[in-house]
Amino acid sequence: MGESRHVCDLLVVGAGPAGLAAAYHAAQSGLRVTVVDDNPAAGGQIWRGEQSKSTSSEAQKWFERIRSVDIQFITGARVFQQLAPGTLLAETRQDVCELNYASLVLATGARERFLPFPGWTLPNVMGAGGLQALVKTGLPIEGKRIVIAGSGALLLAVAAYLRGRGAEVLLIAEQASTARLARFGLGLIGKTAQTFNLKRQLLGVQYLTSCWPLSAQGEDKIETVTLFRGGKRWEVSCDYLACGFHLVPNTELAELLGCAVENGGVRVNEFQETTIPHVYSAGESTGIGGLELSLVEGEIAGLAVAGKHEEARRLFPERAKQRKFADLLNRTFALREELKQLVQPETIVCRCEDVTFDRLRAHSSWRAAKLQTRCGMGPCQGRICGGAVEFLFGWRAESVRPPVLPVRVESLVRSAE
Amino acid sequence: MTETITLTVDGVSVTMPTGSMVAAAILKSGRHVFRRSATGEPRGPLCGMGICFECRVTIDGEAHCRSCQTLCENRMDVRTDG
Repeated sequence: MGESRHVCDLLVVGAGPAGLAAAYHAAQSGLRVTVVDDNPAAGGQIWRGEQSKSTSSEAQKWFERIRSVDIQFITGARVFQQLAPGTLLAETRQDVCELNYASLVLATGARERFLPFPGWTLPNVMGAGGLQALVKTGLPIEGKRIVIAGSGALLLAVAAYLRGRGAEVLLIAEQASTARLARFGLGLIGKTAQTFNLKRQLLGVQYLTSCWPLSAQGEDKIETVTLFRGGKRWEVSCDYLACGFHLVPNTELAELLGCAVENGGVRVNEFQETTIPHVYSAGESTGIGGLELSLVEGEIAGLAVAGKHEEARRLFPERAKQRKFADLLNRTFALREELKQLVQPETIVCRCEDVTFDRLRAHSSWRAAKLQTRCGMGPCQGRICGGAVEFLFGWRAESVRPPVLPVRVESLVRSAE
Repeated sequence: MTETITLTVDGVSVTMPTGSMVAAAILKSGRHVFRRSATGEPRGPLCGMGICFECRVTIDGEAHCRSCQTLCENRMDVRTDG
């Protein structure tokens, strides 16, 4: 296995909107910028596939900006360890890269929150964003019957996307109530750039509020989903259940570096700098806020790294506006208590180690549960069950240890040298 | 110009557009069980973005590859554990 070394002024981890915005401003100011991302192409989740063929004008604008400056991209590389302050290690399929930087922007994005219910581990039960990602990367979906469930504006965007690709979207089950959606304004969903034309695209699709899945049934894959609404339960036959309960910030790498986390997101100051000097964070990793907030936070971080604090300051009002909108969105889609009753004693919570709810609830903290049951100690390292146990038990991971992702033995040897 | 790539999933030939991920090819081939869990349950992709590790399969002899983060290549030999 080979080794390589990259030296830069600014290293950006995550090539989604926040990372790209930060990289652009720093590169435009003459800094040597490297962007590293786990995915094979830039764009993050929301702009997956948009680099080669833009369907959104916002994505097109940013990719044009990125092409106008000099930025080095290392894709298909996962950062797994800090060798020393200012040096991270990333593993690719071929080698281990040593990444040396003066400043760092962590734009690690978010993942879906999954809640365990009987049958949630069956094949073809996926995240809403998860199914969309697979369709964006080649899964034919034409004519497939899909139930979309969970919570958040993402459900609508995914429904519109899948429908546009010929899928039969049977219904959307949103756990939030109509009253809650109305109180904060249903219109706010339509405000986000990624969901424009939503109303037209979703014409005729049932959007059921105060509705959620109780269980999924099937042999080797899902065949039916049981839904619940207003005291009634019923079964729907489907090919896929696309189910995600809003989003959770990816904070593991920031925590590994010692950055403070508050309210689930990486804590930053007005210039997006974390509690570790020269380490910044922007976008969903600092708290769920959507595309526009991610972009403006990324811009502020990039300008701050380049020393253009006055220019960054001019973007503060826009960020404040977007944060207000984000707060509204997060309150609208706050998870209801009843969802804690979905999990049954024999339901698997930790999918890596097949740990059931029954075995977990005997413990008083995640640390104790981990030691006794191996919950959160498999390859995902608690990324999937973490969001669930936080909601179900109020437990949060107490420490992050390297490697933050499973890596090859050779890579670990490299990090020990 | 739409280029395609042909690979095999458990010996079955699948043709995908360039830029497709292995996970999509596996599902297109008709397979939905990617691996067996610690207690033998059938599993398939969940997150679609490289975080859950539920979609891991053997690619060209290398075990535990995340199929949702691996691009399809011509003549790739993909083996599920289903």
